[in-house]
Amino acid sequence: MPDRKYTEDHEWVEVDGENGVIGISDYAQEQLGDVVFVELPAVGKILDQRDEAAVIESVKAAAEVYTPVSGEVIEVNEELNNDPSLVNSDAHGEGWFAKLKLSDPIELDALMDEASYKTFVENLR
Amino acid sequence: MATVTPDTGLLETPLYDLHVAHGARMVPFAGYAMPLQYPSGIITEHNQARASAGLFDVSHMGQAVLRGADVASSFEKLVPGDIAGLTVGQMRYTLLLNDAGGIRDDLMATRFEEDGAFALFLVVNAGCKDADFLHIATSLGGEATLEILEDRALLALQGPKAEAVLAELAPDCRELVFLEGKDMEVDGVSTFVTRSGYTGEDGFEISLPADEAQVIAEKLLAHEAVAPIGLGARDSLRLEAGLCLYGHDIDETTTPVEAGLTWTVGKVRREAADFPGAETILTQISRGPPRKRVGLLPEGRAPVREGALIQSEAGENIGAVTSGGFAPGIERPIAMGYVAVGHDEAGTSLNIELRGRSVAAEVSAMPFVKPNYKRS
Repeated sequence: MPDRKYTEDHEWVEVDGENGVIGISDYAQEQLGDVVFVELPAVGKILDQRDEAAVIESVKAAAEVYTPVSGEVIEVNEELNNDPSLVNSDAHGEGWFAKLKLSDPIELDALMDEASYKTFVENLR
Repeated sequence: MATVTPDTGLLETPLYDLHVAHGARMVPFAGYAMPLQYPSGIITEHNQARASAGLFDVSHMGQAVLRGADVASSFEKLVPGDIAGLTVGQMRYTLLLNDAGGIRDDLMATRFEEDGAFALFLVVNAGCKDADFLHIATSLGGEATLEILEDRALLALQGPKAEAVLAELAPDCRELVFLEGKDMEVDGVSTFVTRSGYTGEDGFEISLPADEAQVIAEKLLAHEAVAPIGLGARDSLRLEAGLCLYGHDIDETTTPVEAGLTWTVGKVRREAADFPGAETILTQISRGPPRKRVGLLPEGRAPVREGALIQSEAGENIGAVTSGGFAPGIERPIAMGYVAVGHDEAGTSLNIELRGRSVAAEVSAMPFVKPNYKRS
């Protein structure tokens, strides 16, 4: 089973070999409300950990998504251009943002695992 | 009308518990804890108000009654609207102006009869109400008396099914047309109902005693056609309808002429030139204002937001966005803002700053979505 890690800013990265897929958590999409537009990074862009990877526009406001890990963008979720509401309906699945070729996998060690993130979110509610 | 939550210092409306019970996400707004949205989300709520009916708690707004020997003439000292020309039961959108012709607030005034005398029922913005009421009371002291209605709630029922829903509890509501108001019983509760709103839809605003508000609100919500609507959809609905949000699209630095609200300056008032800032405003009416509020349609899907700079195609800075967001009704971004005169014609191409680049946009007539008022 792939390993999914979370940041305190509610981004997740799911690692598969040397690549990682990034997205935002269900908690984050719930806080943002209806997503109407996602600005995705360009394929080939090199991102450092915590760089802005995407911008999410909800009806009310814009929110930046920071990448949980460093790497090169090798694929983006083009489906979000057609249906940005996938971020709301399936934040942990079809609402993914981008796939990165990880440049510094050791960064993953400092991120929260599923159980820690769950506790983290419960403490916010 | 309001209790304070010790934790947050925010005021609560009489419907606070109802909002929480309906799963609202409460946010601070003008000093009040108000529902931003309910679990169904802003787009669903928006579409609900357009297709059926939505119930809004607008109890945070300021309600007051102005009385005086010649209350209409007195109030006209502060606003450019033809208040003296209002018949009993007629309601008018008007503006409190400063001496420079800037807008202190926008408000609704309804003329009603009380013990054989005329009085005005005023509804002003929550964020301005303390300043407004102080201004009205001090400016008109000696000739008119302002009674602030602290113990009243205000509900807005909006949407094409609003009349059918309200008529089940208040059959008299059918007698009102757009911008009319009267006393009526809603399920046995004495209220003042106006046919008005802030959505571009047909609908009503119901002023009622605070301690009756929750029961009446729950009765309206029990109707299958009605759902509660939060501030998020209130904003997207009014933006589609091209209506100004005070503090954003209009403020002390914008005149009615610049704001496209010249129609609120009554004909007889222009002739008399006896309202605050008349010189500036009348000059702008005859010679044209330096800038104008316009509708904007940005290309693509990304909304532009308040504060974004607007440039002409030639690259000059010509203004800024004052409200912007996504319009669920036409499934695209819309905005309004001010542009220098000469760039304000519908169809003009311009550019709006968006995250360090610019997005092409076109000046658009407003409203963006056809209103559905009951005019006769």
